[in-house]
Amino acid sequence: MSSSKTGSSAKLSCRNLWKLYGPNAASHLSDASRLPQNGGDAAELAQNIRDQGGIVAAADVNFDLMEGEIFVIMGLSGSGKSTVVRCLSRLVEPTSGEILLDGQDLLKASPKELIDFRRYKMGMVFQSFGLLPHLNVFENVAFPLKLQGMELQERSARAERVIELVGLEGRESSYPSQLSGGQQQRVGIARSLAVEPEVWFLDEPFSALDPLIRRQMQDEFLRLQQDLHKSIVFITHDFLESLRVADRMAIMKDGAVVQIGRPVDLILKPADDYVREFTNDVPWELILTAGDIASDNAPPDGIKEVPADTKVADLLPYLAEHHGGVAVRADDGSKNHMTGQDLISALASGVAKSAT
Amino acid sequence: MQSKSRQDIIVWLIVLALTAVAVVLNDDLGVLFKYPDHLVLPLIEPMNQGMRWFVLAFGWFFKAIGWVFDWPILFAKTILHAVPWFATLILATFVAYRAGGTGLAVFCAASILYMVSFGFWPQSMNSFALVVISIPLAVAVGFALGTWGYLSARAYRVIMPTLDLMQTIPAFAYLIPILLLFGFGTTVGLVASVLFAFPPMVRNTIVGLRSVTPTVIDSGLMSGATPSQLFWNVRVPTARRQLLLGVNQSTMASLSMVIIASIIGGTNDIGWEVLSTIRKALFGESILAGIVIALMAMILDRVTNGFAMRGTPTDERTKQSGRRAWIICGVAFVAAILVAQLIPLLSAWPKAWVLNPAPAMNAALEWTFLEFREGLEKIKQIAFFFVMLPIKLGLKQAVSPYTWGFAMTPMVIAIYAVLVLIPVALLAFKRRIMQAIWLALLGLVLFGGLTGTAWVALCAIVIVLGWQAGGRGLAIWIAAGLGFILASGIWNPATVSVYLCGVAVLVCFAIGGAIGIWASENDKVSTVVRPIIDTLQTMPLFVILIPFVMVFKIGEFTALLSICAFAIVPAIRYTEHGLRNLPHDVVEAATAIGCTRNQLLFQVKLPLAVPSIMLGLNQTIMFAISMLVITALVGTDDLGQQIYIGLGDGDFGVGMIAGVGMAIIAMIADRITQNISRNMQAKLGLRQENLA
Ligand SMILES: Nc1ncnc2c1ncn2[C@@H]1O[C@H](COP(=O)(O)OP(=O)(O)OP(=O)(O)O)[C@@H](O)[C@H]1O
Ligand SMILES: [Mg+2]
Repeated sequence: MSSSKTGSSAKLSCRNLWKLYGPNAASHLSDASRLPQNGGDAAELAQNIRDQGGIVAAADVNFDLMEGEIFVIMGLSGSGKSTVVRCLSRLVEPTSGEILLDGQDLLKASPKELIDFRRYKMGMVFQSFGLLPHLNVFENVAFPLKLQGMELQERSARAERVIELVGLEGRESSYPSQLSGGQQQRVGIARSLAVEPEVWFLDEPFSALDPLIRRQMQDEFLRLQQDLHKSIVFITHDFLESLRVADRMAIMKDGAVVQIGRPVDLILKPADDYVREFTNDVPWELILTAGDIASDNAPPDGIKEVPADTKVADLLPYLAEHHGGVAVRADDGSKNHMTGQDLISALASGVAKSAT
Repeated sequence: MQSKSRQDIIVWLIVLALTAVAVVLNDDLGVLFKYPDHLVLPLIEPMNQGMRWFVLAFGWFFKAIGWVFDWPILFAKTILHAVPWFATLILATFVAYRAGGTGLAVFCAASILYMVSFGFWPQSMNSFALVVISIPLAVAVGFALGTWGYLSARAYRVIMPTLDLMQTIPAFAYLIPILLLFGFGTTVGLVASVLFAFPPMVRNTIVGLRSVTPTVIDSGLMSGATPSQLFWNVRVPTARRQLLLGVNQSTMASLSMVIIASIIGGTNDIGWEVLSTIRKALFGESILAGIVIALMAMILDRVTNGFAMRGTPTDERTKQSGRRAWIICGVAFVAAILVAQLIPLLSAWPKAWVLNPAPAMNAALEWTFLEFREGLEKIKQIAFFFVMLPIKLGLKQAVSPYTWGFAMTPMVIAIYAVLVLIPVALLAFKRRIMQAIWLALLGLVLFGGLTGTAWVALCAIVIVLGWQAGGRGLAIWIAAGLGFILASGIWNPATVSVYLCGVAVLVCFAIGGAIGIWASENDKVSTVVRPIIDTLQTMPLFVILIPFVMVFKIGEFTALLSICAFAIVPAIRYTEHGLRNLPHDVVEAATAIGCTRNQLLFQVKLPLAVPSIMLGLNQTIMFAISMLVITALVGTDDLGQQIYIGLGDGDFGVGMIAGVGMAIIAMIADRITQNISRNMQAKLGLRQENLA
């Protein structure tokens, strides 16, 4: 979870990204004055385009991916998640917008530069693996390195290293058809890591796997990230999965981003009912920490002190008995007061239906 | 819907009336009965002149190409002859082993021993040299065009119809312009074989490249592939199996055409061996040589197919052992060459040891014929008098005291009319007007005969059929095609072609359909039938002629049987396929309702399988037409014969017009049956699928 240390500078920025499908898609955006960055209204424009028979797969998407951060994009099927991540890697050409990688606009890159970006800076993992059926595990993993023209020896060493990293040593000479889904995705992950990318895109990497394997893969993914500190865009339609891995997340609906924030922000302050639908079934007591709930007030002296990352679930029995509450100690040593009442108010804002 | 069917009925009634008038008035119709000679367009002379001019102007160019091609052929021949047969046997057996295991290896070794010990080795290698050179050329051309068609939608729209056209033009017709342009020699065989063999590679390349999944492409892109790396390292290897299937089909087409091309003679190859012995009625010899072609076809098919079907090696160890095996094979090959220097037997089989059972076979055949002559003659006569003649000349001429035992008196005609009219009336009474009309038409055409009915009536029937199957566009197209056949003066041979083909298709459809149904209900039958039809399909067409011409001598009956033997393949295959691949839920539901096996078959399965069976009919017709042209060798008087004559005389105009006529007939039959099949499929809500 939000354990890794995230930097404060943006590794990858997505600015006013639009992707339209259908006939003469580009013409819909030709009237610059209607674009949101020039004062237009994105939702209105998107609706307008749909009314004219266009398909809006991404509508004015904006976000920054911080150095070393896991950024999750979530949304229902067809909400445009894949479209966005494929625009980031320019597997699909955005209709308009900017993608800045280390401050350089990817959309202005020449084909050759783009190939270099993909060879040295980006890695991508696909939901349906996308392994080459005629190559064995080792060759699949070494494939991007081979395309770069790397020497056989260095290539082998690197491939071996990432194969070990994903726990597939001993299966190097198996072919994709001989592997289970989980093993195939390990190959996919190893292949994308072989080039030692700086940004890492994962499009529903674990959705094709059954729940037990999925959990195990998530754990390993987090373990990997602890060592690697990549900047990651992770797509999923499973809210629990995003809770486990996300530092921050964006919720998408009909091509547009509805809300961006830390998972707790979404639970405690959902922007609308669509977001609330996702967070409703979440076991909040296991997610929320004392730090998330505590008020801004200084605590009275002499009450029990707890660290900020204590799970609320562990505090419930104590809070039930002690109406004076607890003192929550943050990392920097400052302390805030938290009572049962604070907890109830926090939950109320997240759970309450549109009545609030 | 209602008014549409009323319109149909009216149109068909008009056609019926027209046909009736035509049959009754007969040659009183004058120019409407027989297309007048003076209206035949003088196409032949201008075409020949044009061709002569073209040859004069550009002949040097083709001669130069021919000269260039001569070298690799000479090279291949020299190598194949220089290498001792024993070394070739070792290499070929090993390749067969890699492709299909021990069984295929043994088969391959035995086949080579057969070729050697029966004295066909030099001829076999002469043919094989052409195949060896033509395959890479055909595959390269096919792959390049396929890739282009895959990359560019515009190219695709040009390439596909061209391929369709190329594949309906009869094999012999290909040879004429090639012969004129390149002159006699082995190059003709090579060029014809490349032209004939590359279309399947184009189709398979397009299908293969298209079937690569988008994620695989995306993952290639994200690995940083340049466009050319994406193509060669991602797309092509992923499409490998389909591409190799293309190689397989190209190989078979190439061999087939190399054999056919030997008809121009002077090549001393195995096809020529068969042809010349057939012409001299030395059937023992031609069987022995025909077996060589059959063996070559089977080996080439199994080997190329084996490599296509073999998955990628499953682990490093088999890959390595494979590499080692190739090295061992190479060593064994060299060793065999050396050993053969010491033991001459292994490089040149002594003349004295050549097995020649041909004279004995001929004697045995002779004896058998004398013994069974009456029975065979009887069979031939019955088929001829009671099936073939009526369809060709019509009952009005086929029925005579000599053939049927009585003459076609007005009384007999009246009886025939009543016999036809009773079921027609019954159908009409049951309000199945359409069937009634069709039955009446059938009765009329059978009376007049295909060659004895006025052209207006026959054209009207075909055009209206096309109109009903494919709308106005198809009807106009058909009318134009028929117009060409009439105006170029090939109407008569064309009707003979249609008659031969039609009878063969009827027979194939009846027998093949029955076998197909049986095979679909009975796994044992299926396992017996499958390899037989697979083998028949890979057979070069000449070979199929041999047994029939041997038993029944030359003539239309022999032609008919040969056509049937080949064209029955798709009739069986598609019927079985259609019946075995029905939607599961429907069959299960019918079983659950309590259908008996027969009810299930006749009331559920067959009606649902009709579209697939119709596609089978389509393929049966196409197979029949391609064989029909070859049967010109055994003396028919149809379009195929004209092409053959054109080829023999180097008469471009005659041969090409007949060839185009044949292609037109093929395309008309193809479009009509395909459209009918598609309409039925749509009606049943089934998905269109293509077996070919
Ligand atoms: N090539 C295309 N042509 C037309 N429309 C497309 C194309 N690709 C995607 N779309 C449309 O864009 C929208 C977003 O698709 P996208 O694949 O990004 O959704 P997603 O959120 O990834 O869904 P899923 O969870 O099912 O993968 C969908 O409405 C889809 O129909
Ligand atoms: Mg998606």
